[in-house]
Amino acid sequence: MVDFTLWDIVRNLLLAARWTVALSLIAFVGGGLVGLLLLVARVGRWPGAAGLVAGYVQLFQGTPLLMQLFLAYFGLPLLGVQISPWTAAALALTLYASAFLTEIWRGCVEAIPKGQWEAAQSLALSFGEQMRHVIGPQALRIAVAPTVGFLVQVVKGTALASVIGFIELTKAGTMIANATFAPFTVYACVALMYFLLCFPISAWSRRLERRLSLGR
Amino acid sequence: MIDLDFGAVLAQWPLLLKGVAFTAGLTLVSAVVGVALGVACAWARAWGPRALAWGVAAYVELIRNTPFIVQLFFIFFGLPGLGLRLSPEAASVLAMVINLGAYAAEIVRAGVESTPRGQVEAGVSLALSRAQVFLHVVLPPALARVWPALVSQIVIVMLGSAVCGQIATQELSYFANLIQSRNFRAFESYIVATLLYLALAVALRRLLNWAGPRWLFGR
Repeated sequence: MVDFTLWDIVRNLLLAARWTVALSLIAFVGGGLVGLLLLVARVGRWPGAAGLVAGYVQLFQGTPLLMQLFLAYFGLPLLGVQISPWTAAALALTLYASAFLTEIWRGCVEAIPKGQWEAAQSLALSFGEQMRHVIGPQALRIAVAPTVGFLVQVVKGTALASVIGFIELTKAGTMIANATFAPFTVYACVALMYFLLCFPISAWSRRLERRLSLGR
Repeated sequence: MIDLDFGAVLAQWPLLLKGVAFTAGLTLVSAVVGVALGVACAWARAWGPRALAWGVAAYVELIRNTPFIVQLFFIFFGLPGLGLRLSPEAASVLAMVINLGAYAAEIVRAGVESTPRGQVEAGVSLALSRAQVFLHVVLPPALARVWPALVSQIVIVMLGSAVCGQIATQELSYFANLIQSRNFRAFESYIVATLLYLALAVALRRLLNWAGPRWLFGR
């Protein structure tokens, strides 16, 4: 019987944590890009777009992320696309993040007083110019704190990718627990690592929020 | 061409119904106990002794910064190492209560702390004890103020409970898994389960929006 030291466990978990970080970044950046497109579609005055985006948001916020992962993993092969757990997880988490981010940002855009839109219009700015020079910068200021806060949710969401077989922190924890017969230690270490990843981001988001409320 | 067969999944409706009922029951129990735990924690953080407030703050941060699935696995697979062996159902309820308790604590605390000082002083001047002031003067309007946030959190916990199927708790996602392992209709099975979750989320939101004002904080 092989003996595992605590360092063996921690070292292997740290190696797997790289994938948690990578998947989080992909989902966050990809979700941000898709979310931005959805936001433009929603606040731009295209007929029907607002309702469609609202339905999209409702769909992702009203169903479990786990089911979304399963659907990406089992659904795409039906279309003839061979898909790895890695791609399925990245895709599902990106769409999930885009729905939440677009909803957060919509709130920020709607918080900008109507007068600002009207002032920009009266200067004969086009919709793109209004967004870029008048509404965007102001909305961005209030959007930073909740967006950073949502990053925590993305990091925690990546833990579910373990269920479709993507080897990140949680899946590695399960595998190591099965090999070492020390589930208590292993899962405690896994939880601690998530905490070390997420707590600084939460604290940062809170600080941003406080600074914003002081600035008013 | 994609060939979908929903009939094979829907033919298993008794299993799906059982799963929906179990998920609903799991959520109901966790919501009641979890919100109660959240209220107790909010009291401890806003009004309690310093040491207790610190302990609660640590609990809240620890839970809010770790994934639910890890909390569940820690309780179900980790705790037997300390001699505490729980059934899948008990572990699921415990994990959901602990999870919801931490989020509810923060939400309720925001409501409690926004209570004007004068209301507390008015309560004290009527010779109410501190506990009576909290329960009858501070808490009801605080809950009314934060109820929408609390409802959203309960819905999130309900959706999160899909993970409990991974430790063989027989809720909705567990049966979706079981059905697809019998007829190999994975995509159809998960689509049906997903739509059932969506319906549950909408129904739960309606129910709580109706029940809160009626029973919890009057009018």
